[in-house]
Amino acid sequence: MFTLIQKRRWYFIISALLIVPGLVAMIYSTVAIGAPLRLSIDFTGGSLLELSFQQPVVVEDVRQVFADAGLADTTVQTIGAEGNVIVCAKPMEVETKEAILRTLEERFGAVTELRFESVGPTVGRETTRSAGLAILATSGAILVFVAIAFRNVPNALRYGICAITKMLHDVLVLLGIASILGLLAGWEVDSLFLTAILTVVGFSVQDVIVVFDRIRENIGRRRGEEFETIVNRSLLETLHRSLATQLNAIFVMVALILFGGVTIRQFMAVMAIGMVVGTYSSLFFAVPLLVVWERGELRHAFARLGGRRAPAT
Amino acid sequence: MQQRDIRLLILIVIVAVVAIWVSLPTNPGIHIAIGETTISRDIRVHQGLDLQGGMQVLLEADLPENQTVDADAMAAARKIVENRVNGLGVTEPVVQGIGSRRILVELPGIEDPEQAVANLRETGLMEWIDTGAQYLPPGTVVKTDMATSADAGETVTDTEAVTDTETIYHTVLTGKNLRDARVEFDQTGLPVIAFELDDEGARIFAEHTANNIGRYLAIALDKTIISCPRIEGAIPEGRGQITGSFSVDEAKATVLQLRYGALPIPLKIIDTRAVGPTLGQESVQRSIRAGTIGLIVVLLFMLIYYRLPGLLADLALLIYATLTLALFKLIPVTLTLPGIAGFLLSVGMAVDANILIFERMREELRQGRTLGRAVESGFRRAWTSILDSNVSTWITCGILFIFGNSFGASMVKGFALTLALGVLVSMFTAVVVTRTFMRTTVAVAGDDLRRKTWLLGI
Repeated sequence: MFTLIQKRRWYFIISALLIVPGLVAMIYSTVAIGAPLRLSIDFTGGSLLELSFQQPVVVEDVRQVFADAGLADTTVQTIGAEGNVIVCAKPMEVETKEAILRTLEERFGAVTELRFESVGPTVGRETTRSAGLAILATSGAILVFVAIAFRNVPNALRYGICAITKMLHDVLVLLGIASILGLLAGWEVDSLFLTAILTVVGFSVQDVIVVFDRIRENIGRRRGEEFETIVNRSLLETLHRSLATQLNAIFVMVALILFGGVTIRQFMAVMAIGMVVGTYSSLFFAVPLLVVWERGELRHAFARLGGRRAPAT
Repeated sequence: MQQRDIRLLILIVIVAVVAIWVSLPTNPGIHIAIGETTISRDIRVHQGLDLQGGMQVLLEADLPENQTVDADAMAAARKIVENRVNGLGVTEPVVQGIGSRRILVELPGIEDPEQAVANLRETGLMEWIDTGAQYLPPGTVVKTDMATSADAGETVTDTEAVTDTETIYHTVLTGKNLRDARVEFDQTGLPVIAFELDDEGARIFAEHTANNIGRYLAIALDKTIISCPRIEGAIPEGRGQITGSFSVDEAKATVLQLRYGALPIPLKIIDTRAVGPTLGQESVQRSIRAGTIGLIVVLLFMLIYYRLPGLLADLALLIYATLTLALFKLIPVTLTLPGIAGFLLSVGMAVDANILIFERMREELRQGRTLGRAVESGFRRAWTSILDSNVSTWITCGILFIFGNSFGASMVKGFALTLALGVLVSMFTAVVVTRTFMRTTVAVAGDDLRRKTWLLGI
């Protein structure tokens, strides 16, 4: 039989390679810009204005108009087609915005407002808090659900905890990637990013559940077989399904990224990365983790780690 | 083939036909008139603000944070905001209370956001209007010769001077002359609204009522009639009663509106989001194209990878897509851009159940089972996995929905709703529909099919 699970040490190393750079980026980002991720106005409060000028404009000139209107900390970026700009500023009133638009029109010719968002600081703080609550609630609910679904298996809670650890693994990888892209490409994290993360969490638990389901079934049918062998068998049996399902989801997402609207491109990209990472970690993180735990290797590893550390102190 | 499967097959065909009819972009809606009862309903896709363009504003009570907000006053404020929004002439506006101190206002397709915001902020205007011999039912929107900022500051002094075909009524008194209003009960125990005017108001009121007995003196809030009483006799002391056939609750609501003609609670705008119609329309077209491409690739994949069962799953998937779209139109679910993404993702997930089932079937067939047995046990044994994994998606959707609802993020809410609904429908199509198709095929083709391994994708 093709052995997958026996190579588990390698999988943990790959997972570490996926997570550690992100963690480093988040620490660096916290020092450099004051937050582990580049947060959008959804969380910090502020305003965003997307404009389309008929003639090309100089970014600095546009910024000056906002500065003259008392919005000093304004950034202006060009995006997409020529003449399209995104303006980020402090929260502003609709009246202020209209006045600025009139000034812009006088100076640079016809301008169309594509999008305008202004979020007060209180709303931003609340969104951040509810975001944290939402992630906690999802983790809790899924832990309970998995524990109930696997209640007939010995050590049911272990399955739940492995699923949750895997979930945290996926979330950490995504946050790390977002942090790196925030530093390198200026990607901002908004409430849609959060939606993507939560969806990935929901979907990625599916994969684990399918494999765990098969383990549960095989434990009942193949008594006497070693746990490691059972798990390996279950993994191989469900591999086709995991790949086929993910492939289909990826088809849809790639189509949306390539041909869909610009506004949800980042949302879909995060989701697609999350799906791939989620499938990987279901098969090569959550399942090996369960094996390591069931075989008591975890305690072993900690003891070895502790033993190594002891003389150093 | 069992009786039950034939019945199911007929049911599936009916559901599919109805779903196709509802999903057609040209669907005329349901307009039936049987005698007295008429059913009239348009069936169309409700587009969210990010798709059709428009503005969303979140208003909050402008009071110190530790001060509790009176629920009645907030309800009255919401009612007033609603009246003003209706006065803007926007189709399908949303005015929704969120928590104890917030009001969410959605104005689809609004063209002049500045004017709209100015209108929302305006202090409510209460007027007593002389409508002559004409009774105006509550809810009627009127024009009066009392100017507001909504009329761009033009003072209309002479009704004759206006060439507009609409009637412009004369404002006798405004809310600034009102001293008090409360609910009382008349001799028969019916609720009436008692009001009291200040000295100037009393003088004007006495004069007007003495000269206009038998005519109507309507009360309007923000140009919308809330009550239209008839002058029964001269009222000299500036006290009066408004009688009408309203319930105690309605009377209380009116009193609140009278008292708080001006907003009972100052409101400030804490969140504004506006999307221009161009960006929205472009997004719709792009999403439709992306969705079609994604769907075609998924259909092809299933067909090539699973052959005959794949073809049946493709049919089920097409039924799934039309059925879900039909449900979006019927419920109706307001589609936002992330909502469309959620729907398309659920297309990808809808085949997951089929993949689980077919993989099981292949295993059974390789172990030498007969086709019928393999089909049955494929469905039966994949069921727990399907259910378990869908429950985990529902949990996430539920949390996303609550999260989105708590601060009016309709984008997040839309995504959670379409995804959850999609997963529910997919359980029906991927399990019931595909199984019925498979059983029918097995019954029609018989055991010959078992030998055509190429067709079965083994």
